[in-house]
Amino acid sequence: MLRVTPAGLYCESGDFYIDPWRPVPRAVITHAHSDHARAGSAAYLAAAEGVSLLRHRLGADIAVEGLGWGASRRLGNVTVSLHPAGHIRGSAQVRVEQGGEVWVVTGDYKRAADPTCTPFEVVRCNTLITEATFALPVYRWRATSAVIADVVRWVDSCRVAGRTAILFTYTLGKAQRLLAEIGTQSDVPILVHGSIEPLNALYRADGVWLPPTERVSEQPRGERIGAALVLAPPSANVPGWMRRFHEPDTAFASGWMQLRGTRRRRSLDRGFAISDHVDWPALLQTIEESGAERVLATHGDSAALVRLLNERGLDASALATEFTGEDAE
Amino acid sequence: MSDGGLASFVALYVALDETTATSEKLAALERYFSSRPPLDVVWAIHFLTGRRGRRPIATRLLRRWASAFAGLPEWLLDASYQAVGDLGETLSLLCARGEGGAVTTLSLAEFAEGEIDALRHEDEAAQRARVEGWWRAFDVTGCLVVHKLLGGGFRVGVSATLVARALAAAMGREAAQVSHRLMGKWEPGEAFAERLFAAQDDASDRSRPYPFYLASPLEDDVVTLGEPHDWFAEWKWDGIRAQLVVRGGNVYVWSRGEELVTTRFPEVEAAARALPSGTVIDGELVPWREGRVLPFGVLQTRIGRTNLTARALREAPVALLAFDVLEMGGVDLRARSQEERRAVLETLLAPLPPQGVLQLSPLVAFDSWDALAELRATSRSRAVEGIMLKARTAPYRVGRPRGEWWKWKIEPYTVDAVMVNAQLGHGRRASLYTDYTFAVIDGEQLVPVAKAYSGLSDEEIRRLDAWIRANTLQRFGPVRTVTPYHVFELGFEGIQPSARHKSGVALRFPRILRWRTDKGVHDASTLGELTALSEMHASIVGANEGTEAARTRQRSVRKARGAPEELSLFDDLEPADPDRG
Repeated sequence: MLRVTPAGLYCESGDFYIDPWRPVPRAVITHAHSDHARAGSAAYLAAAEGVSLLRHRLGADIAVEGLGWGASRRLGNVTVSLHPAGHIRGSAQVRVEQGGEVWVVTGDYKRAADPTCTPFEVVRCNTLITEATFALPVYRWRATSAVIADVVRWVDSCRVAGRTAILFTYTLGKAQRLLAEIGTQSDVPILVHGSIEPLNALYRADGVWLPPTERVSEQPRGERIGAALVLAPPSANVPGWMRRFHEPDTAFASGWMQLRGTRRRRSLDRGFAISDHVDWPALLQTIEESGAERVLATHGDSAALVRLLNERGLDASALATEFTGEDAE
Repeated sequence: MSDGGLASFVALYVALDETTATSEKLAALERYFSSRPPLDVVWAIHFLTGRRGRRPIATRLLRRWASAFAGLPEWLLDASYQAVGDLGETLSLLCARGEGGAVTTLSLAEFAEGEIDALRHEDEAAQRARVEGWWRAFDVTGCLVVHKLLGGGFRVGVSATLVARALAAAMGREAAQVSHRLMGKWEPGEAFAERLFAAQDDASDRSRPYPFYLASPLEDDVVTLGEPHDWFAEWKWDGIRAQLVVRGGNVYVWSRGEELVTTRFPEVEAAARALPSGTVIDGELVPWREGRVLPFGVLQTRIGRTNLTARALREAPVALLAFDVLEMGGVDLRARSQEERRAVLETLLAPLPPQGVLQLSPLVAFDSWDALAELRATSRSRAVEGIMLKARTAPYRVGRPRGEWWKWKIEPYTVDAVMVNAQLGHGRRASLYTDYTFAVIDGEQLVPVAKAYSGLSDEEIRRLDAWIRANTLQRFGPVRTVTPYHVFELGFEGIQPSARHKSGVALRFPRILRWRTDKGVHDASTLGELTALSEMHASIVGANEGTEAARTRQRSVRKARGAPEELSLFDDLEPADPDRG
């Protein structure tokens, strides 16, 4: 029903693409991250919850139709519906049905609770196209509350020492999730990089609670920023921008921080393993609960997952796409 | 930070691991040393400085148990290990449940003596139950530390010198004294804890060597050292740094890695009997025949061997070239100046045969830096690595403080080679392609000539890693064959004919000097150039023992892989990742 073409994942019966990486006439978008939502397509279909983010990323003038969770939409000879993926706000799984045959494209997803978006929902299907960013058993996430407690402890130790705690994170989704989680456990003053605040505003406009934040650029010039928590994208870690802070202590929040090697390689002071992607146990759980007889794995190195599923009697293979999942660097 | 139990050691490990700043490592160590009882302190030093003994459990068994415990096929455990690059960490990530329990409340000493040592007397079923108990009780970090205690090395950037400094600060003593007390052979336990913390030095350990003083590489122009006559110059020998201890009628030979190697050099032991008791000499063990030093490869034929035959002794004779004296008549001379110690050394060795097994490393006479530079240029033909420069006023220090002992090495040979294979790295570089195989041009083909895994910046490694993943031709487990494209300038110290290598030559100590982004595959060096260099090198150093050396090298390298981070006796071999194997 779906196949990979040079422009992306294509449904011939419905004549549409899912998260295409080239401009196409009709694109169904799982979520607004740049490896999934690209500009230039003539028409977009996305979850209603994510429309404002999509417009922010691709332009206010795009032709986009928002679809409610679970609502059906006829496209050519197939029926399409969107179901929450729990990855970031508005992230959807795409369910495609034709004559009783069901395919589900998960997009990026996680099973852990996230106060900023609708939780993941299991969708039964015959064929599951799942992300496999963290497809090795060493990726087992700790409880979010425990990781956030570690983050808060680190922030507090920086505060005591009068140092700025700079937490590098992805600007869309992860940043807002961290803000919402940290905000319930700490009253530290929070500053954000200029690329994060507009997204915060969109989240707040949707009624998502986030603690108060101020832009780094709005702070008085000429004096160094002292004890505070700062959220910024990894690309901000350049001398020019970092000069604004007093003895900054740096950390990175990413699933890749699970491994000591990747943690140390970044030459930051701390690494917190927190991810918006499924970990290994949740990945296997999802595959099982979907009831799929066939599994196609995208993102990253899915060889181990595919082999294990084959050994367990499932028809599994890797599907080459241009999705990158959570970038390691 | 939790107090008591293994938790405080886990906290120390985390603190050391989280920072690269020496001052913070020092502070974390000092905090631990001053807050824990002496017994925990000696066990912590034992583990952190990599003195641990034989693994109580074979890695093979641990893997099998972990695979069953985590409900994973063994191939998946192996795939995980490839991504993580550290077996202890892999097993912790797969097995740790963090349920807590009595075992987590044991102190480091109790855990080491009661839990780990207990394994040595148990049958396999009991061992397995014990290990599974740890996996249930400890969380991922706790399990990781426990696995490191089982064997594998901590690799948190803590040197013996750093430990000594922190302990000295915690005890309110001189670092040199503490450092000396930590030298030589000791077993963690009450007896050593008492000796370490005692007010007076204990003379009972006669074998104990002094901490080595290590020279720093001279990076600035030699003229910045000031007046030539303030300095001694010596040849920088290509051998094994050794300390000869003669006390109480016994002779002990220590390598720089604090390994007792006396039995491997019986002729040195015999020659040293001519020295008075209470003498400690510092020098270099080199292969030596008929008044000249031989290439290091000759020595390799001996150090790889556990059974030293008469033939091996005959084929690879050694000499200890003495360049310093640290003790005479039982008196510590280290605070005396280089000049005074040199005079003592010369007097001490004067009665010995001049070309004997134990002989003086001569001073290199020079009256200007230019003259010395000219002499240094003759290093290769003398089979030495360059010049050592020592300030006449220098005391014999501990570790590698800069300023008074410099090594002024000659430039390495170089070759422009093409990367053809890449392999996943380990430890800090796990899950990145960091170990490369390089080839040179041979007619229409590329022939591999060297493996190297160091010399690039983290940024270059990241770029290269991304390129490797996008340009893979074939995969064999952790190894990828890549499109020949990138050219690198490799440096190496020597080159010898080798029957074992397809190229017919073996490079000594290859490492990456530069990424030649300005060069294409066709600009790479040719095998013909290397073969010619090999012949020239052989004629210069006057030796053709290359094949024999190559045959034994494999054995030596394998041995080196089990060794602690400081490769001691074997640290002059071509790079072998000690974490491997």
